[in-house]
Amino acid sequence: MGRKLLTENINVPGIQSLSVYRHQGGYETLKKAVGMTSEAIVEEVKKSGLRGRGGAGFPTGLKWSFLAKPEGVPRHLVCNADESEPGTFKDRYMMERIPHLLIEGMIIGSFALGANSSYIYIRGEMMYVLHILQRAIDEAYEAGFLGKNILGSGFDFDLYVHCGAGAYICGEETALIESLEGKRGNPRIKPPFPAIKGLWERPTVVNNVESIMAVVPIIKMGGDEYAKIGIGKSTGTKLISACGHINKPGVYEIEMGIPVEEFIYSDEYCGGIRNGKELKAVVAGGSSVPVLPKSLILNLANGEPRLMSYESLSEGGFATGTMLGSGGFIVMDEDTSIVKNLWTFTRFYHHESCGQCSPCREGTGWMEKLLHKILDGHGALSDVDLLWEIQSKIEGKTICPLGDAAAWPVASAIRHFRHEFEEYVTNPQNIKKDHHYYRVNNISPEFA
Amino acid sequence: MSADKEIKFSDDAYALVQKIIKRYPEGKQKSALIPVLHIAQAEFSGWLSAPVMDYVASLLSIASIEVYEVASFYTMFNLKPVGKCVIEVCRTGPCWLMGAEDLVKYLEKKLNIKDGETTADGMFTLKTAECLASCGTAPMMQIGETYHESLTLNKVDQILDDCRATVTEPISHWSKKEI
Repeated sequence: MGRKLLTENINVPGIQSLSVYRHQGGYETLKKAVGMTSEAIVEEVKKSGLRGRGGAGFPTGLKWSFLAKPEGVPRHLVCNADESEPGTFKDRYMMERIPHLLIEGMIIGSFALGANSSYIYIRGEMMYVLHILQRAIDEAYEAGFLGKNILGSGFDFDLYVHCGAGAYICGEETALIESLEGKRGNPRIKPPFPAIKGLWERPTVVNNVESIMAVVPIIKMGGDEYAKIGIGKSTGTKLISACGHINKPGVYEIEMGIPVEEFIYSDEYCGGIRNGKELKAVVAGGSSVPVLPKSLILNLANGEPRLMSYESLSEGGFATGTMLGSGGFIVMDEDTSIVKNLWTFTRFYHHESCGQCSPCREGTGWMEKLLHKILDGHGALSDVDLLWEIQSKIEGKTICPLGDAAAWPVASAIRHFRHEFEEYVTNPQNIKKDHHYYRVNNISPEFA
Repeated sequence: MSADKEIKFSDDAYALVQKIIKRYPEGKQKSALIPVLHIAQAEFSGWLSAPVMDYVASLLSIASIEVYEVASFYTMFNLKPVGKCVIEVCRTGPCWLMGAEDLVKYLEKKLNIKDGETTADGMFTLKTAECLASCGTAPMMQIGETYHESLTLNKVDQILDDCRATVTEPISHWSKKEI
């Protein structure tokens, strides 16, 4: 049983409330933090080796140390709670169940960064979670953890929740900032980075929900202790949201470094493939990362077991590896059509492209149409080559990583499952109407 | 909303808008735009007409075009009338793997409308949505602020019946609590 730093108390009845959260030791770390200097807190986060949990994996402490501190200019910490990477539902799960952990992390982080007002940007669809956070914030104000002179430290701090309105692109930090300024979510050209010119042109740090929550155990136990958990540069624990054709979908907190095979098959985690089926493929870190077939997700190219860590999942580069990404772990059984699943992803990126950069705006739609043509039985072998060509001309040629995110699933599906595309185009008469997707329970023949 | 009715927020909504504006620095009231548009959508039958957007612009002292360009960018804002219950069915990969396509077909047949359309009685609008961060409890759909998860067709029948029995006013993502 791995150590649980974030989810230890998640099932304690009433943990949503301040009183129960405090009873479990909540806000004790804040008391410790306000007795430290801001530099010391940043140093602990650096020592912990914590890497951004939203998907990019950039070291959080380093990001904090880049924050510009010009005299007289307010700074902000912004929490990215715009969770919308397909396969990812850990932040929603955590905010809904233990909102005070995020608030405590926001106060500690803002104290360390010298931010007197900070924002939690939550996606608009999660309005009910916004209400949960708002209630928790109100409780924290009443208890004196927010507001003027927090715990006698002389630190004044206000925390606000801000809602989006349905746009995946706002998970990209500069698009999120634009959105928080009341604009369309068009990513900005960097530099300047948000640490220099962010929200309202002020120095800003944007961190994912899980990263901010992880600051609490890091300050509680010390950065060195935290860094002892995990493996190599993948320190600490990671929330993995597992979904698809597994027996036990859900959010799991793992110590980084456990074997992928254990994660998929052990009863402590996914519990194996449902209905006794065989594993076919996994998208290990949210829809953007390369899909891997069973052989390569369970083992590295050299046959050694692949582990749940940043390094091991990316071992082999894109030729044979993938990425940990956001921890959105999507499992597909033997009956799944890789081509059809890919089409849903490509349709998603086409829908979510902000439209600023032509390779992404035009390319995503073009790829979606080609995949639709193939699925419909009208594809040609040249269409598969064309798909490859288009994705290669999106990757790396856009302002923000959405272009890469749209290209990688296409590239990896062709790289590892080209035979399946070829089967679709050479034997269209064999295409099953349902593309082998999973049926809803109790579906009547009328719809099957 | 009748054409001659004055476009104005209820007192509660207006007070909330003023409170929201104060969350941002002076002169940065435009930041309140998205939250205020959610409120506007809830206040005016679930969609944003041009006069409603103009009203929001005047409240925030910004140009109307600044409201239009935002309202048209974000998928949660409806720019044409919708039914009392807008059913948003997640269709992205993880939900598709668990049968979301069946769910959409079932709803289309049952409600006798296509994706994006509204039933003749004005009760339901069917919309497909991209990933709603509910992949572990797929398939799912959202109505108002409620996530309906781990759906079966029996559950869907029950939800539709409940809507018909209880919903008299349009339900919106913003359920008139805090925002």
